[in-house]
Amino acid sequence: MDEVVLRKSYDVEAGDFESAGDASAGIKATLKRLGVPTGIVRRVAIAAYESEINLIIHSMGGSLTLTVDGESVCLVSDDRGPGIASIEKALQAGWSTAPDSVRSLGFGAGMGLPNMKKNADEFQIDSTVNVGTHIVMRFHLS
Amino acid sequence: MNVAELIEKTGYTLMNPAVPLTREVTGGCCCDLLSWVMASGQEGQAWVTVQTHMNVIAVASLHEMACVILPEGNTMEEAVLERATEEEIAVLGCSETGYAICCRLHDLGI
Repeated sequence: MDEVVLRKSYDVEAGDFESAGDASAGIKATLKRLGVPTGIVRRVAIAAYESEINLIIHSMGGSLTLTVDGESVCLVSDDRGPGIASIEKALQAGWSTAPDSVRSLGFGAGMGLPNMKKNADEFQIDSTVNVGTHIVMRFHLS
Repeated sequence: MNVAELIEKTGYTLMNPAVPLTREVTGGCCCDLLSWVMASGQEGQAWVTVQTHMNVIAVASLHEMACVILPEGNTMEEAVLERATEEEIAVLGCSETGYAICCRLHDLGI
């Protein structure tokens, strides 16, 4: 693998809707500064925002880590639980466990994980109930 | 057509006057599901929504939309409008329904 150009991590707190988008905006600005092509920046930013919202709605808190090397941009979402009982269901568009309070804000449509998967070139998700969820998304630079 | 021209032609109220109005309006989007807009939104769109919280600005900014239009007298809190100005997203308001706004956009050639 190519040498890492940049690694940056953002903490995301559970339930913190007011700060939602801050990490994604930071990631977007960083990639623009590095001269990453616009189309890729856009896809990473969308995946980052969906990750951020998922961490806020569903997790007990976690982090988003951006890594850039000569070949790709990598986004890793890690949380401290509660984990996903059925990844298969969670990846189905329209399936969601979000509460009504979150749905009234326009979230919880069951589009998050499918949208992350759609935008990334590589998508890997691992989850253990009562432990946490680990998602790796890779975006090829060429 | 840019945002300034859109305001001039529609008479909609600009809620955050310090924002630049030079972004080109190249399309429209009418949806209150932020997740849906995240998946399908496009750069340059005028987004018609009754959602008025901070995340509307985050989504509009990530997609580099031209503006947000609030129908039927909806408004945003000052803190949300300040964020919109920081992110250079114009927020417009009017008394028309979402449907009427979309018809106006279409009639203007958007």
